[in-house]
Amino acid sequence: MDAIATYALRLGDDSLILGQRLGEWCGHAPALEVDLSLANVALDQVGQATHFLALAGEIEGKGRDGDKLAFHRDVMDFTNCLLVEQPNGDFAQTIARQFLFSHYQELLFAALMASKDARFAAIAAKAVKEVTYHATLASDWVVRLGDGTEESRARMVEGLEWMWRFADELFAMDDVDAAAFAAGVGVDKAALREPWDQRIDAVLADATLERPAARRPVLGGRSGRHSEHLGHLLSDMQFLQRAYPGATW
Amino acid sequence: MVIEDRTSPRHTGGQTHSSVTPWVPDRAARVRNDEVSAIEEILSHVPDPEIPAVSIVDLGIVRAVHADRVVITPTYTGCPATLAIEQMIRAALDAHGFSGVAIETTLAPPWSTDWISDEGREKLRAYGIAPPPKGAGAAALKNAQAAECPRCGASNTEEISRFGSTPCKALWRCKACAEPFDRFKCH
Repeated sequence: MDAIATYALRLGDDSLILGQRLGEWCGHAPALEVDLSLANVALDQVGQATHFLALAGEIEGKGRDGDKLAFHRDVMDFTNCLLVEQPNGDFAQTIARQFLFSHYQELLFAALMASKDARFAAIAAKAVKEVTYHATLASDWVVRLGDGTEESRARMVEGLEWMWRFADELFAMDDVDAAAFAAGVGVDKAALREPWDQRIDAVLADATLERPAARRPVLGGRSGRHSEHLGHLLSDMQFLQRAYPGATW
Repeated sequence: MVIEDRTSPRHTGGQTHSSVTPWVPDRAARVRNDEVSAIEEILSHVPDPEIPAVSIVDLGIVRAVHADRVVITPTYTGCPATLAIEQMIRAALDAHGFSGVAIETTLAPPWSTDWISDEGREKLRAYGIAPPPKGAGAAALKNAQAAECPRCGASNTEEISRFGSTPCKALWRCKACAEPFDRFKCH
C-alpha cells in the first residue's frame, strides 16, 4: 500500500478497533442509558471505519473492500494506535480511553475536513459532528467519576494511569503521516497536541484530578507492533469470516 | 462514493442543436421533467425505516433526483438503516417501472437536521418525537435549550441520556406530564 492508502487504513483501523472494544460493553454497562451511549458511540466508530477502510481499498486498487480489510488481515497488519486496543477494564478505564481518544479524534477530523482529497474531507466532515458527542460524553463522565465518591475517583485515576502512556502515539508523525501531510491529504498531528493538552487539562481541572505523570511513551501500533490484547480482540471479531470465508446472510 | 451536490450541472444539459428536428430536444426535456416529478412523488412515499411516520424526503435524506439516478445521503455514518433505505428506494422505483434509475450515495455536504422539512418536523412531533431546533448548531448540542414535550407541550423537561434508541435520538423526560420522550438530536 502507498502512503495515502495506508493513511486511510490507519484512520479506519483506529475507528474499527475502538468500535469493536466498545461493542463488548453491549448488555454489560452499569446502567441502561450508559449501555445505549456506548453502543451508539461504537456504531459511529464502525460507521467511520466502513468509510475509511473502503477508501483504503479503493486507493490500493487491488480489489480489497472494507470487509476484506477488516476481517482478512492478521494482527501485525493492523495499523491502529495502541490506545484503542486497550482492554475495557472497568467503566472508568473505558471512559479514560474514550476521553483521550475522542478529543484527539475531534481535533483530527476538524483538521482533516480541509484535506485536498475530497474523499477524506467528506468522511471527516460527516464524522466530526458525531465525535463531538463522544468527547462530551467522555468528559462528562470523567468529571462525574473524578469529582464523585472516593471509590469512583480512585477508579478514574487508575483508568487514566493505565491509558496515559499511549497518548503520545496519537500525535507521532512517521514517514506515512509526513507523506500524507506533504501531499495535502493528511493532518499535521503534532500540531494537535497543544489544543488537545488544553482540552484535557480543562476537564481534569473540572474533575479535580491531577494530570498523570509523564511516562515513557509506548509506540508501535502504526507499524503493526501491538499489545497481546489486539489478537484476542481479532479472534472474536474475525471468527466468522475466518471459519466461513465470504459468508453472507 | 460520489462527491456531489444538488447544484451539479452534470444532467442539466443534453440539448442538441439540430436544424432538422428542432422539437426533439424540447420534448425530451419535458419527458425528463415528468420522469423526475414521478420519481420525486414515489420517493415522498418511502418511509424512514426507524421512524416510519416521516418519509426519507421529509428527513432530507434525498439530495437530488435526476431522470437516471437518485442521490441520497446517510444521516449518521454508522446508521444501520442506510442499507435498508437503499433497498426500500430500489423496491419502490422497481415497482413503478423505474428499474433503470440508479441510486448513488454521497457524504458531502454532510447531512444536517436543518434539512428536515417543516412538514417533517410536524410529523415527528405528532409521532411523539421532539423535533430538533433549526439552525441551533452548537448551542443545542450542549442542550442549553430545553426540548418541548411532544405530548403536553411543556418546556419543563430534562435530558435523561444524550444517546437514545437510535443514533439520531436522545432520551428526555417531561416534568409536567411525567412522560419520557425521544428528542431528535440537533446535528
